Amino acid sequence: MSLFDLRLQDVHNKLSHKELSVTELVDESFARIKATEASIQAFLTLNEEGARQHAAELDKQLQAGAERGLLFGLPAGIKDNIVTEGLRTTCASQFLDNYNPIYDGTVVSKLKSAQSVTIGKLNMDEFAMGGSNENSSYYPTRNPWNTEYVPGGSSGASAASVAAGQVYFSLGSDTGGSIRQPAAYCGIVGLKPTYGLVSRFGLVAFASSLDQIGPLTKNVEDSAFVLQAIAGYDAKDSTSANVSIPDYTSALTGDVKGLRIAVPKEYLGEGVDPKVKEAVLNALKVYESLGATWEEVSLPHTEYAIAAYYLLASSEASSNLARFDGVRYGVRADNPANLIDLYRKSRSEGFGPEVKRRIMLGTYALSSGYYDAYYLKAQKVRTLIKQDFDQVFEKYDVIIGPTAPTAAFKLGEQVGDPLTMYLNDICTIPVSLAGVPAISIPCGQAEGLPIGLQIIGKAFDESTVLRTAHAFEQNTEFHKLRPQL
Amino acid sequence: MSITIKDVEHVANLARLELSDEEKGQFTEQLNAILKYAEKLNSLDTENVEPTSHVLPITNVTREDITHESLPIEKVLLNAPDEEDGQIKVPAVLE
Repeated sequence: MSLFDLRLQDVHNKLSHKELSVTELVDESFARIKATEASIQAFLTLNEEGARQHAAELDKQLQAGAERGLLFGLPAGIKDNIVTEGLRTTCASQFLDNYNPIYDGTVVSKLKSAQSVTIGKLNMDEFAMGGSNENSSYYPTRNPWNTEYVPGGSSGASAASVAAGQVYFSLGSDTGGSIRQPAAYCGIVGLKPTYGLVSRFGLVAFASSLDQIGPLTKNVEDSAFVLQAIAGYDAKDSTSANVSIPDYTSALTGDVKGLRIAVPKEYLGEGVDPKVKEAVLNALKVYESLGATWEEVSLPHTEYAIAAYYLLASSEASSNLARFDGVRYGVRADNPANLIDLYRKSRSEGFGPEVKRRIMLGTYALSSGYYDAYYLKAQKVRTLIKQDFDQVFEKYDVIIGPTAPTAAFKLGEQVGDPLTMYLNDICTIPVSLAGVPAISIPCGQAEGLPIGLQIIGKAFDESTVLRTAHAFEQNTEFHKLRPQL
Repeated sequence: MSITIKDVEHVANLARLELSDEEKGQFTEQLNAILKYAEKLNSLDTENVEPTSHVLPITNVTREDITHESLPIEKVLLNAPDEEDGQIKVPAVLE
């Protein structure tokens, strides 16, 4: 058994009783990385020297009997679109190959206060655009369950590194499913908090109205702990919600008696693998046996979500990525004829094909004469999608369905067909548009690859989402399965 | 509504991207497919629907107008591809 299979509480007890040191935890991380990284390719930058130094400091504090932070000593991986002072941050883009941030994102500062140890920066689809990690401009991360398969994306390596036991937990970001879908494909727990719960300051923006940072962990309890450490109002993020933060772990009672579950028929319809459907229906039986009830409902605008999402997200991306102009940081092309030529050449050299494609789509959708037809129309459809959720939540506590219509697919299988790739996100995108929280937890397997169960809650009701997920975990064994590496 | 190579060239110019002929052809095909798919939104009547820019009931967030210490100039210039006298250097803007 890996040290990282210990519950957080047990790790902390062992640290207290001097049966374990932070140095040993960090050693475990780098030993595991050494043994598995050639086949997984999860990291873009390792912080080995910094992590070992930090571990030594924390061990000294431990000896001195100082008070411990919430995530004391836990080895963490951070998705490479979250800026870390002095630690290279590339967004898996050649554009930022040499970028060394001069400040920490708010979540990174919060992790520092909670005293986790940053092991390194995790691979992703370039600028978080993709669902397979194949859009990384460095190398594709592999699925630890079968390295011929993708780990999902865009936080693919955030999920793979946790599944492979390289880190205790990781942070990812989710715009249309980028935490939940890779968590499902890699058989771990991934939580997308309510939009506004976790500060986006220092998250390199993709689609500002959708982006949200969240934890990827091996179990629901760890997810609650990490969320506790990173949630909260931040004046540096203009869409940070000023809400009080509950004690998330106290919500993990195991009790779901009387819980009202809605199951959208659109999430189990055409295109959903029968094995995925079966795993979800089996999960609902578990909930029934625990005293919860479920009914089929309809989210009638689901079929419009992907079209609305790609217009909104690409439009916002085209605007956000305008900052990558070759002036202040990142790539600067040689011998430009003039300033505009410098912008043009630097961007064309620095961006990969999916990023260019989305900038083109977004620029077109926002261009003169098309704004109303595309961007404004998509914003109105977004209202209808949000209303679908509002209506269901009037009568139900949570919505449950699959995280993705299938288990992971093979590398190369969907490259070159962006539209099919986009359709993998049918169950996660509507949730992102509605801004509500959702978690993916393992609920089965198909041909040796994990299947994810998605539990969706009301805005800022992460407690109910976590409680529902935790109750399932307490009564099943799926979260204990580990890939053979 | 179908877009042509000419449209792609126009949009690429707006986006400050330089595309190869191959990319132009590819993007024309792919953007047409994506936009055709997006046309399904037109089947929804949104005449009386308010747009949602983001889901939170927050607008016009401002901070107190108090000066704060800014980042030191040496740090800001650390990532600059070219600099001179504490400023970021770019090609001449005026001829």
